[in-house]
Amino acid sequence: MYAVEYQQPTNLADAASILASTGGRALAGGQSLVAAMKLRLSQPGTLVDLSLIPDLKGIRRNGDRLVIGAMAKHAEVASSDVVKAALPALAGLAEGIGDRQVRNMGTIGGSLANNDPAADWPAAVLACNATIRTNQRAIGAGEFFKGMFETALAPDEIVTAVDFPVVQRAAYAKFPNPASRFALVGVFVAQMGDGSVRVAVTGAAPSVFRATAIEDALAKSFTPVAAKGVKVGADGLNSDLHGSAEYRAHLISVMASRAVVAIA
Amino acid sequence: MAVSLAMTVNGKPVNADVDPRTLLVEFLRNNLGLTGTHVGCDTAQCGACTVHVDGNAVKSCNVLAVQAQGANVLTIEGLIAEDGTMHPMQAAFRDCHGLQCGFCTPGMVMSAIDLVNRHPGADEATIRAELEGNLCRCTGYHNIVKAVRQAAAVMGK
Ligand SMILES: Cc1cc2nc3c(=O)[nH]c(=O)nc-3n(C[C@H](O)[C@H](O)[C@H](O)COP(=O)(O)OP(=O)(O)OC[C@H]3O[C@@H](n4cnc5c(N)ncnc54)[C@H](O)[C@@H]3O)c2cc1C
Ligand code: FES
Ligand code: FES
Repeated sequence: MYAVEYQQPTNLADAASILASTGGRALAGGQSLVAAMKLRLSQPGTLVDLSLIPDLKGIRRNGDRLVIGAMAKHAEVASSDVVKAALPALAGLAEGIGDRQVRNMGTIGGSLANNDPAADWPAAVLACNATIRTNQRAIGAGEFFKGMFETALAPDEIVTAVDFPVVQRAAYAKFPNPASRFALVGVFVAQMGDGSVRVAVTGAAPSVFRATAIEDALAKSFTPVAAKGVKVGADGLNSDLHGSAEYRAHLISVMASRAVVAIA
Repeated sequence: MAVSLAMTVNGKPVNADVDPRTLLVEFLRNNLGLTGTHVGCDTAQCGACTVHVDGNAVKSCNVLAVQAQGANVLTIEGLIAEDGTMHPMQAAFRDCHGLQCGFCTPGMVMSAIDLVNRHPGADEATIRAELEGNLCRCTGYHNIVKAVRQAAAVMGK
């Protein structure tokens, strides 16, 4: 690992100004960033540890919204009674991330800012049409994910919370890579307050995307058979040693149908 | 610039000036001489380096020492009683032949204690799921699961 400076501010304004003045990097759980620094894939001059900033913590229900602080750990979301009551699919998704040790450190804000093509949280955020709140603005899920490891965040912008609508019903089905537990393909299906259906896919392409053909099929008939009947094209999907684009395309319909089974 | 670090390790206060890039496992092994915590993969895969930070199991090869600022850290060395009596989890691993080469064992034991603390009556499926982050190349896991079940029964009392 290259040498690095370390700061641990206790409020959001200080964190933002240190990030801006040093050109440094936010540090949340470090489960992606520390690993990347060890491999010298990432070389921040300064780490700005967000762990002491109270504004980034906590999980709360605000009427028909569920607000999860950026520094909420996966393990915290998985065991939260507030989450289980409002949007149980999110607790299940969090419980399926990596392993216990990773869930004890990794955060929702870090996962979204990182936007790993195989990460789980982006699927939930895009399917539920959640809003990402930062120290500067509110960003809709549709505008947030820009590409592989790329988001709409400015270098000195800090995610403060993720604001989910409490959708009618939802489920996440993932085909995990057996070693890392990252998604080979993960599909999040959400039926919104107005009855419309949104389906988001992670792991299959360079970045999370909506499977509109499956959304249309489920809008007509909200059944596992309808989801499974959709033939998803392999164009633009990832091919690697874990699976070909065709295999991933096939898994998208299968995982979508499993999510519908879990909902119904 | 060095950061001045204060934490509690196995019940004792520890103070040191560390380079911020020091990993928690390096701090424990090199600065404190606590070599019971092993480094297997050094890439957050195998769990051999698992320790507790404020009661939660973490992979100390993927955490900076400064991230444990002010925390209560527990390593395998902290489990044994003053009079030398083993922790029930350690005793169960010995009784059930839950180890062969022993390289994974400190991490297994630390993860297992975290899991039993949260799931006192854990069944086999829960134990296997919760030990997802710990790899063993020797035992085939069978006797590890047996050991955790035996310890869970004792720890619950
Ligand atoms: C063995 C292993 C298995 C894993 N398996 C899975 C899996 O199955 N599914 C999955 O989804 N993930 C998985 N992960 C990744 C894990 O979920 C990470 O926790 C997550 O990707 C990053 O979160 P973090 O809090 O650790 O962020 P960090 O590593 O601290 O930061 C990641 C990036 O986000 C930036 N950042 C962090 N917080 C903020 C913020 N509030 N505002 C702006 N930028 C910020 C950082 O600057 C950095 O660029 C796994 C990781 C490991 C090591
Ligand atoms: S050495 Fe830390 S997980 Fe393998
Ligand atoms: S006993 Fe040898 S690796 Fe587990």
